[in-house]
Amino acid sequence: MELITIILSGILIGSAVYMMLSKSVLRIIIGTALLSHGVHLMLLTMGQLKRGNIPVLDEEVSNYSDPLPQALILTAIVIAFALTAYILVLALRSYRELGTDDVEQMKGVPHDD
Amino acid sequence: MKNTLKKAGYNKVQKQMNDVFLQFTAKLVFFIVIMFSFNLFFAGHYTPGGGFVGGLLAAAALILLLIAYDRKTLESMVPIDFRLVITIGLVFAAGIPTLSFLFGTPFFTHQHTYVEIPVFGEVALHSAVLFDIGVFLTVAATALLIIVLVGEADE
Amino acid sequence: MTTNILPLLPIMIPFFAGIIMLFTGQRPLVHRVIATISSLLIIISAIWLVVLVHRNGTIATFLGDWAPPFGISVVIDMAAALLLLTTAIITLFTVIYSFQSIGVEREKFYYYVMVMFMISGVNGAFSTGDIFNMFVFFEVFLLASYVLITLGGTKIQLQEGFKYILVNMISSNFFVLALAYLYSVTGSLNMADIHTKLEGFEGDYSIMSLLAVVFLFVFATKAGVFPLYFWLPGSYYAPPMPVLVLFGALLTKVGIYAIARTYSLFFIDNVEFTHQMLLLLALATIIMGSIGALSYADMKRIIIYNILIAVGIILVGVAMMDKAGMLGAFYYLIHDMIIKAALFMLVGFLIYRTGETNAERLGGLIKIHPITGWMFFIAALSLAGVPPLPGFYGKLFIVQSTFANDNYIAGILVLISSLVVLYSVIRIFISAFWGEDMDFSRLKPVKSDKLLFASIAMVIVSVAFGLAADALYPMFEMAAQSFYDPASYSNYLPEVE
Repeated sequence: MELITIILSGILIGSAVYMMLSKSVLRIIIGTALLSHGVHLMLLTMGQLKRGNIPVLDEEVSNYSDPLPQALILTAIVIAFALTAYILVLALRSYRELGTDDVEQMKGVPHDD
Repeated sequence: MKNTLKKAGYNKVQKQMNDVFLQFTAKLVFFIVIMFSFNLFFAGHYTPGGGFVGGLLAAAALILLLIAYDRKTLESMVPIDFRLVITIGLVFAAGIPTLSFLFGTPFFTHQHTYVEIPVFGEVALHSAVLFDIGVFLTVAATALLIIVLVGEADE
Repeated sequence: MTTNILPLLPIMIPFFAGIIMLFTGQRPLVHRVIATISSLLIIISAIWLVVLVHRNGTIATFLGDWAPPFGISVVIDMAAALLLLTTAIITLFTVIYSFQSIGVEREKFYYYVMVMFMISGVNGAFSTGDIFNMFVFFEVFLLASYVLITLGGTKIQLQEGFKYILVNMISSNFFVLALAYLYSVTGSLNMADIHTKLEGFEGDYSIMSLLAVVFLFVFATKAGVFPLYFWLPGSYYAPPMPVLVLFGALLTKVGIYAIARTYSLFFIDNVEFTHQMLLLLALATIIMGSIGALSYADMKRIIIYNILIAVGIILVGVAMMDKAGMLGAFYYLIHDMIIKAALFMLVGFLIYRTGETNAERLGGLIKIHPITGWMFFIAALSLAGVPPLPGFYGKLFIVQSTFANDNYIAGILVLISSLVVLYSVIRIFISAFWGEDMDFSRLKPVKSDKLLFASIAMVIVSVAFGLAADALYPMFEMAAQSFYDPASYSNYLPEVE
């Protein structure tokens, strides 16, 4: 089970790298989102996957899974969500200001006119 | 909706757009989604759920309205300044853990108790709910604000 | 009671200040007052912390009253306390500096709110004792810095801000990955607990060397170490001066602090590999920074490349990881935070006054601004490390430690780099303040009393720090001890087993 998720997160990270290497700003943003998904999956795997009950305190539950990675992932997902949202807004803004979504053209020192 | 269609090349969009189905369903589904979001929110702490998921679902419900109608209708339906909601959420999320200083306990220490209420039976009261309200408000308002900002740019 | 509240004050005060400012709406004057008052409050609480830590040793509080290895702990040792104090001082003067330089438009769009949130995150990263919590605080200050770098929305800010965000997002993802590895290896996230676990472990450590590389990749990107500094000169060039002061003085230093913490606590076994790698990268950073500092005539760029040199020098001390090395690294860290803020402020004043960033187009300014000129001269000497000024002590200890460890090349490189630093900054001084008079009618009539007050105050703080360095020695010894003798850091954990 661990092996499968590790391979899956490898595929996710690989496609993230492919997306991030392209020129379009939007593709790069999708790439960062994919990268964070792959990384979160990896974090989940690292806490050992097993068929257990919900990691919440309850009297009947004896076979529970490690709650810590799940708590960490929740935090990391929230952060990734905020970052993706911000960078999307920023990309939109810079597309309108700079008039391009091609990173090749985003170099040098542009001047405000 | 109209703007999206116009962008996509449908120039002859009629003034009265025929999205009755979407609007009618949105009205119905909105209440289901928002009720489920409250359910998730109150389920938190001892069972899966909590402020973040609840907030996201509440935002999703409002975004459904935004898609079915337009921004002006949404504003008249929910006349709230999202920035203010974010601030209030932050106050709850940061203030409630700080209150534990008054009890001389470390930051984030929560107080909880059980009370008997006639109809519901034994109910758990937990100060973490107040913290979660903050998370709920912040997340819902932030998600909405960003969607509205991105949508605005389209027009 | 104080042990519960006090360690959190440097994190909570700026956070609440930010929230209160959000409530008051877009009123720059109110924001200014709140920002100043809250920075003063942070300074007071930081001083209190330094005194308390000096008297009683490490202070720790456990969030939510969870016992240490399980819950999140906020641990303030001497190193954290001193860094908090320095951060607070820089914040106060940067806020004062911003009054006349950032512009009302940005002030209206919650500039001070973002500054306060960023300070909250920086302080949190300095004072947390939990590695995942450190990630969270990293993200808090990075998010605020993303807003700050793009605030105002000029073209260069949007363009460079996008790159800055992208690079930091990727390295943050790798931070999570490194945490995942660390958790699966050690089963704990409390830094002190991880240290005690690793110290008592009698098996194969080789996986930790891999982890050292991943962690270094993350923090080196944030700190601007050799192969990963590529984003720094471009991105730091974009934002307006007060933001640059904060970034240059604080953000890279948080990365260095994180490197020092992780390398002293986690990677203790295979030191030949991990610390040697750190040393080589640090030396390469010094060289690249020197080349950059020599090859530009643009004042902003020269100082930005000087950040890289300082990062390299501090990391040489960290890589030595003995008493003298850490002591030097810590002296130099504090010194560099103060003096970089001062230099950026002075250069910012010149840019606002003349409207030029190229030093060669200036000249003869000493006739109009004699005090500023000599302050710049003192700051330049201090940056290079001329004896009574504070940079000297840091470099002295670092060079001493490199020679004691037979790393003569490293020591000599550090010494040569001081010459480069001195040359590059004095070049600005000579061409801007001496030489042919420029056309003084081109000077802009900007209000500058608060700019000058803040920058001269920072220079005076730096000089005072240099003169008091001897008196402060016991504190720095305490601060360095928690790095070269990590057991002294982790002994706040209660005895379990």
